[in-house]
Amino acid sequence: MLPFILKRIFQSLLVLIITGAIAFSMFTFVGDPIDNMLGQERTMEDIERLRAQLGLDRPIPVQYVKFLGEAVQGNFGVSYRQGREVSEIIMERAPATLELAALSAIFAIVVGIALGVFTAIRRDGFVANFIMSASLIGVSLPTFLIGILLIYLFSVELGWLPSFGRGEVVQVGWWTTGFLTESGLKALILPSITLGLYQMTLIMRLVRSEMLEVLRQDYIRFARARGLSERVINFRHALKNTMVPVITVIGLQLGAIIAFAIITETVFQWPGLGLLFINAIQFVDIPVMAAYLMMISVMFVVINLLVDILYAFIDPRLRVAAK
Amino acid sequence: MKKTTALLTVAALMSSAAVVNAETLRWARAGDALTLDPHSQNEGPSHTMRHQMYEPLIIRDTAGNFVPTLATDWAPSADNPNVWVFNLREGVKFHDGADFTAEDVVFSFERAKQPNSDMKELIGSITAVRAVSDYVVEIETDGPNPILPSNLTNLFMMDKDWTEANNTVNVQDFEGGEITFATTNVNGTGAYTLVSREPDVKTVMARNEAYWGRDEFPLEVSEIVYTPIQNAATRVAALLSGEIDFLQDMPVQDLARVGDADGLVVKQAPQNRVIFFGMNQGADDIEADDVDGANPLADVRVRKAMSMAINRDAIQQVVMRGQSEPAGMIAPPFVNGWTAEMDGESVTDVEGAKALMAEAGYEDGFSIRLDCPNDRYINDEAICQAAVGMLGQIGVTVNLDAIPKAQHFPKITDGATDFYMLGWGVPTYDSEYIFNFLVHGREDDIGTWNGTGYDNDELDETIKSLASNTDLDARNADIAGIWRVIQDEQLYIPIHHQVLNWGMAENVGIEVDPEDQPRVKYFTMQ
Repeated sequence: MLPFILKRIFQSLLVLIITGAIAFSMFTFVGDPIDNMLGQERTMEDIERLRAQLGLDRPIPVQYVKFLGEAVQGNFGVSYRQGREVSEIIMERAPATLELAALSAIFAIVVGIALGVFTAIRRDGFVANFIMSASLIGVSLPTFLIGILLIYLFSVELGWLPSFGRGEVVQVGWWTTGFLTESGLKALILPSITLGLYQMTLIMRLVRSEMLEVLRQDYIRFARARGLSERVINFRHALKNTMVPVITVIGLQLGAIIAFAIITETVFQWPGLGLLFINAIQFVDIPVMAAYLMMISVMFVVINLLVDILYAFIDPRLRVAAK
Repeated sequence: MKKTTALLTVAALMSSAAVVNAETLRWARAGDALTLDPHSQNEGPSHTMRHQMYEPLIIRDTAGNFVPTLATDWAPSADNPNVWVFNLREGVKFHDGADFTAEDVVFSFERAKQPNSDMKELIGSITAVRAVSDYVVEIETDGPNPILPSNLTNLFMMDKDWTEANNTVNVQDFEGGEITFATTNVNGTGAYTLVSREPDVKTVMARNEAYWGRDEFPLEVSEIVYTPIQNAATRVAALLSGEIDFLQDMPVQDLARVGDADGLVVKQAPQNRVIFFGMNQGADDIEADDVDGANPLADVRVRKAMSMAINRDAIQQVVMRGQSEPAGMIAPPFVNGWTAEMDGESVTDVEGAKALMAEAGYEDGFSIRLDCPNDRYINDEAICQAAVGMLGQIGVTVNLDAIPKAQHFPKITDGATDFYMLGWGVPTYDSEYIFNFLVHGREDDIGTWNGTGYDNDELDETIKSLASNTDLDARNADIAGIWRVIQDEQLYIPIHHQVLNWGMAENVGIEVDPEDQPRVKYFTMQ
């Protein structure tokens, strides 16, 4: 077992280093950070001086190795746009994204499972068919458009919910939370629906098909034959067995929610990591882009690593095959 | 009983008066200030934010005229042509209650000249700043400098004692990631004080009740809540839904929608920014074209023909939806040296342009790459697309390469483009600024943005002499002469002057500032 885990960890590290190298070599195509950093009154001298000061005059591989060396020690450098430590900015922005992601995930899981079960049980009903067709729209409309539509309806036309920002936040230690104020809670609604909609439809469709599969099984028929109530059959017996594959997918989707919050955060001016990343691209803020990309890669690599290890624990055949 | 009622009435009146006075201005624009340190980062949104809390010696009004601020009057010294004398306003206090005196001015200038300061180029000619008395300051330059005051309108004054006490005498090393006390704290003389700041999220400011101009300006806004909103659609939605009262950076396509909405108005004014095309005319051969061994752009007839092929009225009507002013020179109307006559010199004449092309030996035309930004100016890419079609009419086949500004601008300063779009604003309101950056031949510290390869030594001499020519009539004659050369040589192809749009709630009263720098002390809230 141990060799298997070590091998997987080694592979993960390799993946991280390669991802970082690709990301770093792409930064040269984003543009020249110097241009944004100096005002229009700059001189050629200023440009040369700053380029040398930031180490941008060195070859890309050298810059990358330096970045890796410092990143290992938790030092991601200084943001070119804000002039502050990147690690500090990320810590400051993380709560906004994590709260948004958490609420989106809860929304996606609760509503997704509920609708999935409903459409499976009433699969020929009018309402269930309507939900299924509507979910197609949810999957195919881009996040950007969904966000704008929600803003238009609930902020501009109805005036119920805010169109941007986090509202009032409360500081708890270094964490800022929007869960403790009314405006903070209101501000969470539209972005978390926007962000969670895709995952919600995904979970709903998965639950539905798994549930339909399970409902065809013999033990369900026997349960019916024993005279158990529909409620007990559906929720105690069928749903429980439906959830095994669903939970795996949900786990993987959580990473996706955090990583793909970029668009939602841009639409709602949500002060989280996604917005930070978009700002960084426009300003060619290489340290922030590098740190963010590394962080997301680490997250996905760790999730996959854990999944692999868990599977190996559950299924001994994988361990043998790995050798 | 009567007494109680009277008291209650008075109390009610007083509280309602207080409500009238407590007006919050919720203000949004696309970007945020980069830092609050007054001398780090010479950049628009950063200056705008500082202008609420700090003050320079002089500011400009919406027509571009000087307005006394911390200086009440100023003039060149009678004894020494290299010296300007500034008389300071008396009785001004910083937010912490300290008096503003000449000592603070001397200190602030010294601070702004430090290597980390982004403002140092603007005051590079200053050799000494002396406090003659508590309220008189002398500024000496390395030769007569007739337009010195023009360079001081964004140079903010700090309190010497506060800055020293808080260990923030050195300008923040922005590129090195330094955070100093002055980056996040403010002690200015301005009309608003800093309440809280979260970079990129929200900045709150409160009215300074001890402001020296408390009775002079409306100062009807008691609290400013400033939020950057990056996405254009969200920005407009926030204004439409009443979540903000005042919006800068209005997207052109939403102007009608906001203007038609109940309770909202759009105000516009010409902006201090001209959009134009630059052409590499200095090289013997250029890379971006299909002509071997020659540079068609080196021929003034070709440059003139290209300018004549551009239909500026069509661009104004179709691309800009009326939101621009066709231009014939690369200076905005506020700038010293601008004339209506020269600004009207770019006329569309496709037949004449074809004739000129034939005369220059290019009757079959040529093809060339046009480099264009797609996220910097209003409808920048669309303007370039329109130009592609128009130049095609005279046989110039244009391949458009529209890219983000972060990639576009380095091409110009590195000389890696032969045909490009650029926009230019003139913070000093004087043509010298344009000549220094766009016309003078490229050297280490001058001609930085001149991507045309144009280098006229005689003209360069005259441009350099402007800096110390105190005979304003002679100086203006030189400026006019330089412009004549630029126009005759068709150094650039001017397109238009940008128009600035501000959206606001009906109760917000403010006129559009051509430099896009609203100063909230002028706002009324009826």
